[in-house]
Amino acid sequence: MMLTQFLVLAAALFAMGVYGLLVRRNIVLILLSVELMLNAVNINLVAFEAYLVTPEAIGQIFAIFVITVAAAEVGIGLAIVLMIFRNRKSANVDDLSLMRW
Amino acid sequence: MTFADWISQPVNWVFLIISVAVLVSGFRVVTSKNLVHAALFLVGALAGTAGLFLLLSAEFVAWVLVLVYIGAVVVLFLFGIMITRAPTGFDEGLDADHKAMPAILAAGVFLMMAWSSVDAFGAELISSTGSPTSTELIGESLLGRFVIPFEVVSFVLLAALIGGITIARRDLTPLEEEERGAV
Repeated sequence: MMLTQFLVLAAALFAMGVYGLLVRRNIVLILLSVELMLNAVNINLVAFEAYLVTPEAIGQIFAIFVITVAAAEVGIGLAIVLMIFRNRKSANVDDLSLMRW
Repeated sequence: MTFADWISQPVNWVFLIISVAVLVSGFRVVTSKNLVHAALFLVGALAGTAGLFLLLSAEFVAWVLVLVYIGAVVVLFLFGIMITRAPTGFDEGLDADHKAMPAILAAGVFLMMAWSSVDAFGAELISSTGSPTSTELIGESLLGRFVIPFEVVSFVLLAALIGGITIARRDLTPLEEEERGAV
């Protein structure tokens, strides 16, 4: 196995996340795209760990940290989505133009 | 290394199959017209990623991914979808109208990242494809050298938990509070 094949796959997954982030208008789907991007980062971290083989498995540790932060992000994000939906009856980002000049 | 050499290794066959599955499900996550389908395709992408982690001898991280992401995060997403949108059928209003610019931007991001990684690492081989990283090693590392980041990230998780409850909690109206008080 080559290192590059994992990096290119992660790049493709990240680019899909970027596309989804820009195209989607539903808040939950935007959060899904963010998860896709975080996942691409995890692939990179684990691939570099397998390539460099550090004695303390640093790459895998950081992948676990990224997973933890992603879980926290989803919890907070969905709470905010829930609150927005309760107040504005919509989960569409185009409707949230109150703070836009 | 030529492509024939590369494809002759069974592990690369496995990689190819998994990566096609990951890419197809990832693409469907960002293009699906059905909210629930998008969340379920995310499960496919994450399961494929867990398979890649197994290939990379990162067994513990692979199962953490399955537990935390597929077990908890996707379920949370499905809850979010069910709550914010009662009819879960197809919907045309999910995407923005102009998709050309985002597509160009995403293609640019991909080309830049893919080119730079190919340019930097070329045909470097991953040597460790044998025994998986032991959970013992990860545990000792987490509670040894990385104990402070570990504590910080657990604090972040606690703060997110409390914040999530605080944000999502519905304050009672004065009338409801009165009813509660009467009981």
